[in-house]
Amino acid sequence: MESAIVFLPLIAAFVAGAFGRWIGDRGAQVITSGAMVVAAVLSLILFIQVGLHHAPRTVELFTWIDSGTFEVSWALRVDALTVVMLLMVTTVSACVHIYSIGYMAHDPHIPRFMAYLSLFTFFMLALVTADNFVQLYFGWEGVGLCSYLLINFWYERPSANTAAIKAFLVNRVGDFGFGLGIMAVYLLFGSVEFETVFAQVPEVAGTTLTFLGAEMDALTVACLLLFLGAMGKSAQLGLHTWLPDAMEGPTPVSALIHAATMVTAGVFMLARLSPLFEYAPAALDVVAFVGASTAFVAATIGMTQFDIKRVIAYSTMSQLGYMVFACGVSAYSAGMFHLFTHGFFKALLFLGAGSVIHAMSDEQDMRRMGGIWRLIPATYVLMWIGSLALAGLPFFAGFYSKDIILEAAFAAHTPIGQYAFWLGLAAAVMTAFYSWRLLFLTFHGTPRADERVMAHVHESPLVMLVPLGILAFGAVFTGWLFYDLYVGHDAHHFWADAIFVRAGHDTVEAAHHVPVIVKLLPLVFAAGGIALAYYCYMARPDMPALVAARARPLDRLFANKWYFDELYDAAFVRPARLLGVVFWKTGDGRVIDGFGPDGLAASTRRLAQRVAALQSGYMFHYAFAMVVGVVAIVLWFAVRY
Amino acid sequence: MVGWPILSLTTFVPLIGAVFIFLIRGERDVVIQNARNVALWTSLVTFLVSVFIYVNFDPTVAGFQMVEKGDWIPGLGVSYHMGVDGISMWFVLLSTLLTPLCILASWDVVRERVKEYMIAFLVLETMMVGMFCALDLVLFYLFFEGVLIPMFLIIGVWGGPRRVYAAFKFFLYTLLGSVLMLVAVLAVYWVGGTTDIPRIIDTVAFPAGMQTWLWLAFFASFAVKVPMWPVHTWLPDAHVEAPTAGSVILAGVLLKMGGYGFLRFSIPMFPEATADLAPLVFALSVVAIIYTSLVALAQEDMKKLIAYSSVAHMGFVTIGMFTLTTQGVEGSIFQMLSHGIVSAALFLCVGVLYDRVHSREIARYGGLVHVMPAFAVVFMVMTLAAVGLPGLSGFVGEFLTLVGAFQVNTWVATLATTGIILGAAYMFWLYRRVIFGKLVKAELRSLPDLTPREFLVFAPLVVLVFWMGVYPATFLEPMAASVAKLIGDYESALAAARSVAVAAQ
Repeated sequence: MESAIVFLPLIAAFVAGAFGRWIGDRGAQVITSGAMVVAAVLSLILFIQVGLHHAPRTVELFTWIDSGTFEVSWALRVDALTVVMLLMVTTVSACVHIYSIGYMAHDPHIPRFMAYLSLFTFFMLALVTADNFVQLYFGWEGVGLCSYLLINFWYERPSANTAAIKAFLVNRVGDFGFGLGIMAVYLLFGSVEFETVFAQVPEVAGTTLTFLGAEMDALTVACLLLFLGAMGKSAQLGLHTWLPDAMEGPTPVSALIHAATMVTAGVFMLARLSPLFEYAPAALDVVAFVGASTAFVAATIGMTQFDIKRVIAYSTMSQLGYMVFACGVSAYSAGMFHLFTHGFFKALLFLGAGSVIHAMSDEQDMRRMGGIWRLIPATYVLMWIGSLALAGLPFFAGFYSKDIILEAAFAAHTPIGQYAFWLGLAAAVMTAFYSWRLLFLTFHGTPRADERVMAHVHESPLVMLVPLGILAFGAVFTGWLFYDLYVGHDAHHFWADAIFVRAGHDTVEAAHHVPVIVKLLPLVFAAGGIALAYYCYMARPDMPALVAARARPLDRLFANKWYFDELYDAAFVRPARLLGVVFWKTGDGRVIDGFGPDGLAASTRRLAQRVAALQSGYMFHYAFAMVVGVVAIVLWFAVRY
Repeated sequence: MVGWPILSLTTFVPLIGAVFIFLIRGERDVVIQNARNVALWTSLVTFLVSVFIYVNFDPTVAGFQMVEKGDWIPGLGVSYHMGVDGISMWFVLLSTLLTPLCILASWDVVRERVKEYMIAFLVLETMMVGMFCALDLVLFYLFFEGVLIPMFLIIGVWGGPRRVYAAFKFFLYTLLGSVLMLVAVLAVYWVGGTTDIPRIIDTVAFPAGMQTWLWLAFFASFAVKVPMWPVHTWLPDAHVEAPTAGSVILAGVLLKMGGYGFLRFSIPMFPEATADLAPLVFALSVVAIIYTSLVALAQEDMKKLIAYSSVAHMGFVTIGMFTLTTQGVEGSIFQMLSHGIVSAALFLCVGVLYDRVHSREIARYGGLVHVMPAFAVVFMVMTLAAVGLPGLSGFVGEFLTLVGAFQVNTWVATLATTGIILGAAYMFWLYRRVIFGKLVKAELRSLPDLTPREFLVFAPLVVLVFWMGVYPATFLEPMAASVAKLIGDYESALAAARSVAVAAQ
């Protein structure tokens, strides 16, 4: 069954991609969407079989790389972590596939789009079912490739081309760390299989490794390198610059890849490698620090953006920060819980935004929206549900999962835990603020679009609304339904060996015993954020401009995304180009060729010319040379003897 | 074991074909047609014969197989000695696979001196295959140098406008290396008393001081071939001027002669020098990876870009083999095979464009996906293989070499791994400029997509790229025993040398 789940999307992708011309648009849509729905149903069955009945298993397919003791197989490992991911990925993916039938209806390249979506799903499933580091890397790079292809889907746009390359390259920087991490793991453990490695962790813990000339704690080095990969994929601060640009892709892509699934791969990795990270406390502190900082910084930027998709993109980055710092304080199950719920409500928000964009004739700038809630009521309601879930209002999904993360951070009782808690709280206010800012700007107020666009505003077709409904169901109920299972009293039993937490580190358990005030604070803060947004964008619409003028440096900093792009451009992109030219023209041209073959040839020629000049053809020249020679020889003998 | 001399057959069937072509007389058009047909069929038959080498190959044997031995110059003890092990067999197959593809790729592209062109390619094939099979130093040297002659002619006669400059640069560089190597071969003969390669490897131990000099002399020759930084500057020029098929063989097979030489001579014959000088190789390789990747980023000519990327990719190869770890050595061999397929395919891709537009300048292209979707797919697959996407051939070799390097030196591994970032940068940048964007240039509007002949050329390469990426065991398994022997011999030789040194104290 697990094979069917993983390979159905691949087959569908192949059929749609290779035979799209023959089966037509409708054929491609039916095959890919059908395969995804089947995979989603099978995943639900597998979730019950493996997850609820606690029967993890691994299916080995065949050898992949076998070189000496470096042995890697293609295998499908199915345990609690996997089934959670499978369920979320296939469900969201199926919704996005179906939604795309409506959303992409007017695109001339439907089979290609559907094939990419299915191919992406295959790689994502291969990633979550990996039983070794290298297959994880396979899925990891594979989803990166599909992300590249899909961002670049409208390949005529130079901005899409650039964004796609940027996404791939920034992820490659992360993968550089991931790759080195795998090499370190192999050096330390003599294996890259999860089971074998995890079993040996306690023995290896405490040993040192000489890395780049410095002797360091072996596990810390390995974990930090691996975390670099997670940072790239999950858009953590420093390697996040690609995610907002990735919004160049079609909206269903943003929903599936850049919100619900691929970007959460880093969090999944942290949970999967919990047995490793648990023995590297220094690395965990870094993880928590980076995650918390990301949550905060992304939220600040999210408040200042006007592109509806970019707001949601920064919101995604911020929520990923939550998940990552949850892992950093050993609350892996809380991180996974938030990953799960977030997948539903964030996909809902993105697809809802897509529905808005669809209605507004491809307008994405919120400054040219407004006053359309009566025209597209279904979308409006769905966006409200998504926002309520995102802000963590009671009984919506985010309420359960975000609160448990903040509580766990508080319960960690470490400086870094406190850091994460307070930054997380600050981000929670901002989350609520920018979510309602988005709602107010988009749907309320006076219409700011021109008449032609307004006349054309229409509700999306059913094929788009039904998937949204399913996701909305998830956004409302997944928190409440899965709370006990993921982080409540069934959690230990459910996760079993899939997630490892060292004794005394169990912050999720401790989270249930934090003071009531800590449990209430996020809610109060979220409500405050909503109120503030109402005040700024409904009651006093002139406020934002005033505030921006008052706090101009801060506003500039946020609106310009903390100048990361400019910094990287100056620090890496330009120097690389410059160095390339210098090495080429000066290094290769002047130095190597100049002193090498060209120099040799030139000096040979010069020498030959000089020698040729001697052959003047005049007898007296030769006679003179002879006389000089004879005199010289005689003199030499005379002096010598 | 087969009763017939399968290696000699593989080596000399192309030569027979060349003689046939030489004898063709008659009308110009008929001659051309016949020459093409004979060349194609000869190379196909050669490939079929070489498949039998694989079929007969026993992966459990570490030493040489299908050995043929006969007296040649008995006075000097020089013999005609052929054989393959798990390492050289793959290069033989690579050569015999690429040759028919090259002939097919030049089918109606080469119009001048077709007869001579086909002869040159078949002779080239004989030399390449012979070089990988030769187990006698003199025989090896003959084939090794023999390869240069047809290649020199292919560049110099059928090349681009600056072909003479490129051909001479190529010749100058390789000649310098060859001369030093010849001296070394003579020295090996004086000390070892034999030119038989397996016997030298197994029985002769060179004095430590001498090893360094001999190692350096061989290194001079092999490093040029690989090519390693800083003796790489002949490669971009040679590639740019060579006809498409010439580039394919150059990148696909000729560069591997250097790597093969290290594995066959430098490491097993001079283990102590290898241990001492490995850091030099690491340093040059790391520089090559970073330096040439950056240079590739700045290129405006497609062929030059791919040529520079070759230097970077071969940097992984040299790092891998000098780690003398199982993963490193197997990875480097695998990387050579993969690079042989991928860079060959990339040069063929450039050739497809050049045949249509007659320009290699990247700026002349853009938006080709609109008119050449099938080509865009093939080019994408090869681009991805070149950047080492897991699941395609490039990943396995690159990753294994790095795994090997990490065990030996984390600095080397870390710096070399930056190559995967830079590699993605220049390849995607190239792809974007050629394939994506709007189709604005008028002369590109009516370009035809891949022809059936071109499909035929790319199909086997695409299949192989996937095969090597998904199930590399097919390739890694047969080489395992030979690589294990190589490393085992190296380690025991080093241990012996050390114990001698200790005893002397």
